[in-house]
Amino acid sequence: MAERERRITPPYGGVFHARSQVMSPDDIQRALWRMAHEVIERNHGLDNVVLIGLQTGGVPLAGLLADDLQQIEAIDLPLGSLDVAFYRDDIGLRPVLPEAVTDIPFDLSNKTVVLVDDVLFTGRTIRAALDALTDFGRPRSVQLAVMIDRGHRELPIRPDYVGKNLPTRRDEVVNVGPLGVELGEMRK
Amino acid sequence: MRHLLSIADLGTDGIEEVLALTDSFVEVSERAIPKVPALRGKTVVSLFYEDSTRTRLSFETAAKRLGADTMTFSVGTSSVKKGESVRDTVQTIEAMGVDALVVRHGSAGVPVQVARWGTSAVINAGDGWHEHPTQALLDCYTIRERLGSLEGRHIAIVGDVKHSRVARSNVAAFTALGAEVTLVAPPTLLPSTVEGWPVTVSHDLDDVLGSLDVVYLLRMQHERMTEALVPTLREYTAGYGLTVERAARMADGAIVMHPGPMNRGVEIAPEVADGPNAVILDQVANGVPVRMAVLFLLLGSGSEMFTPTERPAEPLLAEEEVVRG
Repeated sequence: MAERERRITPPYGGVFHARSQVMSPDDIQRALWRMAHEVIERNHGLDNVVLIGLQTGGVPLAGLLADDLQQIEAIDLPLGSLDVAFYRDDIGLRPVLPEAVTDIPFDLSNKTVVLVDDVLFTGRTIRAALDALTDFGRPRSVQLAVMIDRGHRELPIRPDYVGKNLPTRRDEVVNVGPLGVELGEMRK
Repeated sequence: MRHLLSIADLGTDGIEEVLALTDSFVEVSERAIPKVPALRGKTVVSLFYEDSTRTRLSFETAAKRLGADTMTFSVGTSSVKKGESVRDTVQTIEAMGVDALVVRHGSAGVPVQVARWGTSAVINAGDGWHEHPTQALLDCYTIRERLGSLEGRHIAIVGDVKHSRVARSNVAAFTALGAEVTLVAPPTLLPSTVEGWPVTVSHDLDDVLGSLDVVYLLRMQHERMTEALVPTLREYTAGYGLTVERAARMADGAIVMHPGPMNRGVEIAPEVADGPNAVILDQVANGVPVRMAVLFLLLGSGSEMFTPTERPAEPLLAEEEVVRG
């Protein structure tokens, strides 16, 4: 998860200090269960729907969402992961993680792609992801599911499915992990 | 680190970082559109004072797959014919605004000099008998792909070690990753400094053949052969060529490598070169993603190891961006 990115310490990282817990692990499960129903409702079922988790925070969430959808509709959805490092407009500001790989073992043409990420912030990751997707085919539509929408968008991008809207200050840090969703900040 | 001049510059950690990142670029290479915009707007120039097929094309393919622009400089059609010096040539090219120079030259140390003169990132694509670091990196990647790891593997580098930059880079890289290296060559084709190398030396290929995981054959380099170091090529083949009979005596699962171009029938029999144990075309295929990783680390990544130290620290936003985005 985001923890791995943070491990690569200064000048990029630091240590995350949580100030408060915003969602418990159970809250995340409940939000995913609701989002799963919303995905089915919006798409009138799951025909031609595929899930793609964004490296690194979105991948485990995409897996959990796929499990929920499987329980509800008894369909195993195609599940992929996408690393957008090579498509970012701020390359050089973030380290590339060799262990975060792109794995999309299916064709995206005429599919409804649900992108899954943990936190939606500036929107730049999603812009990069949209660029990357065009190299894999021409999806019929692309939808966005995020656990936390924390605002501060810098691009005209909005989510279709949201776990929780969380007003934040720009310098705060949101961490989605096994301990749930925490709000805090980075300290050296 | 701003340049890739030798394997020693990279060290074990640097080699590991390149190989780990190569996996991502192998995945990119397998896509329907094998191209990412990571180095968009960057210019990579290949400055080749020596002939090359695979290295130059491989670097240019790698740069193009990263979205960079490429320019090729070939000596034959340039002002070098009019006597322009290397330094003037480099400064002329850099004045046009380039980000990386891929340099090959017949004399050892030219890439180091180019790195001192210029402002762009310099990648050594082979300098004289000195080093060819990206070849060593792609060889390490290929061995890992086939054998899982280099740790404890027994690798023989066979042939004209004396004139081989590939041998020097590969000895450094293979031993850095924990392999045991044996040089197999007639005494006349071994460098006089070989005692200082972290290798064992053998003059009898048949003696070591059965214990090898990798047989790495070097090309007999006629063009660098100024004196008669072997009586005849036929005699060389009899003693050191990987013939069909010798290949049959290799251990199960052992692989055959060659940096190319091959002299079929001299250091390697055609049947062996095209056989199931040969990974020579895998080496070429892996060259592209390995060089993508090198270019990306030098020009585009946020990797600390490859970030020039003189670069100022990023503002607070960078730190924030790492965590979210």
